[in-house]
Amino acid sequence: MPPKVRDSDPESIVRFENVGLRYGLGPEVLQDITFALGPSSFRFLLGESGAGKSSLLKLLYMALRPTRGQISLFGRNVASMSRNELPRLRRRVGVVFQEFRLLDHLSAFDNVALPMRVAGARESDVRRHVEELLAWVGLKDHLNSRPPTLSGGQQQRIAIARAVITRPKLLLADEPTGNVDDKMGLRLMHLFEELNKLGTTVIVATHNLGIVRQMAHPVMRLENGRLNTDEAEIISDLGLDEPGIGAGAAPAGPGFSRIH
Amino acid sequence: MLAVMLRRRSDLPMNEDTLGRFLPWLIAFMVFLSALALAGMLILNDAVKRWDTGLNATVSVQVPPGANAREDEQRLSQVLAVLAAKPGVERYETLSKDRLLELLKPWIGEAGQAQDLPIPMLIDVTVDRGVVLDAQSLAKELQARVPGVSVDDHRVWLSQLVRLVTVIQVLAWAVLGLIGLATIGTVVFTTRTGLAIHREAIEVLHLIGAQDAYIARQFASRALGLGLKGGFLGLALAVPTLAGIGYLAMETGATMVPKPDLGFFKVLGFLTLPVAVALLAMMTARSTVMRNLKRMS
Repeated sequence: MPPKVRDSDPESIVRFENVGLRYGLGPEVLQDITFALGPSSFRFLLGESGAGKSSLLKLLYMALRPTRGQISLFGRNVASMSRNELPRLRRRVGVVFQEFRLLDHLSAFDNVALPMRVAGARESDVRRHVEELLAWVGLKDHLNSRPPTLSGGQQQRIAIARAVITRPKLLLADEPTGNVDDKMGLRLMHLFEELNKLGTTVIVATHNLGIVRQMAHPVMRLENGRLNTDEAEIISDLGLDEPGIGAGAAPAGPGFSRIH
Repeated sequence: MLAVMLRRRSDLPMNEDTLGRFLPWLIAFMVFLSALALAGMLILNDAVKRWDTGLNATVSVQVPPGANAREDEQRLSQVLAVLAAKPGVERYETLSKDRLLELLKPWIGEAGQAQDLPIPMLIDVTVDRGVVLDAQSLAKELQARVPGVSVDDHRVWLSQLVRLVTVIQVLAWAVLGLIGLATIGTVVFTTRTGLAIHREAIEVLHLIGAQDAYIARQFASRALGLGLKGGFLGLALAVPTLAGIGYLAMETGATMVPKPDLGFFKVLGFLTLPVAVALLAMMTARSTVMRNLKRMS
């Protein structure tokens, strides 16, 4: 029997215990998910389309509630939290949505500024940080552009900038490199790594095995709604230890051997 | 606070929805009707005050004419003697025949010029305001001396008129209340529509940590802005309408209605209308959003 999740656990940033999720009366899309991540963890979440990666991320960013099991974030049992407590917790979580979910009527600047404004930051701080970050992701000349006028890759960079602008303690990214070229993809992943070094726990759901190989961080894999955390098995199954996997994405880096 | 609310930046695409197009017109219509109701109430209030001041302390005594001038004089002096001895009678004045003929001119025309027309004598009595004069007992007392004397107590029909005006004023308040309810209903409906239209953006705001109050403030600011815009538009339309009604009333010689007297507080009352309606819209929008967001989760 797995250990009980404590309601206040300073050690874990994320803790899932026997979590199950179903939509309506349909079958369980996630079954018996149990794992825990401490501060400064970095995980790649792998899995085929429909395996439940997005559903798992939705549970993590509290867009969904589990149908069974317990989820703790930052040591707090999410199920026992009131509606008024959730926003404060959500401000500690940065999310890069697969479909970006940018607000089309706002400029790139205002989209990225949203999390700071929602948290009540001073406008002078908002301006300084947002301009700096947008320059870093290569959108210095598009501060006032609205998302529909930008390419998919540019929109994705705005979405990433919005997710990291408040230096969240937990960063969740759903296919964050899906619409950018390899070079920009790697650059964005390095941004995630920088945040990770500063103490942010990062979970990246991706199909891009090249990036996975390049970044050399632990992996976990969803298969038919179940989570496999046996890295050796995943690496062997996906052939991540073979050279040339992920060709066309980032080149294989030396770091992946570290997983072995 | 109003300025802060109006300056607030909106994270939701409020300017692109239909809410902004028709809400100001609806509120303008509400304020227009409210201004008419308020003007009606103020005019009636003034009229009642004027009637009260002019008539509440007066009684008319009518003495039937005698067979000749001597008898007329006798009757008149007997009545005046009673009035002079009556406590509470402050002043009395017999209206001259010329004045009486003048008053009767609209009914009898030039026929009144014939000096032999038997016209009753009229005494205008002013009663001390602190004294309650029983007109019926006065009439009995006078009739004992001079048969046929009648006492016309203006307070009787004045009180009936005041009752009528009070009913009209209550109706005007009811109209204002209904307008308020209609405003609330309209804002609830448009806010709910706005919530449905912006559901996706609201979800994003929630996911990045926005409190319900943050989202509600955006709707409230919008409702306040549209409310003020519509409110002052309605007031601007009501001003020429009221001026037109006032002009027509003066032209037709409606002397029962007093000339409009626009004092500072009355102007303030009219200016308060659009602000009050806008504040009502703001509070309604806020509470609607808070209630609906709780249900959405």
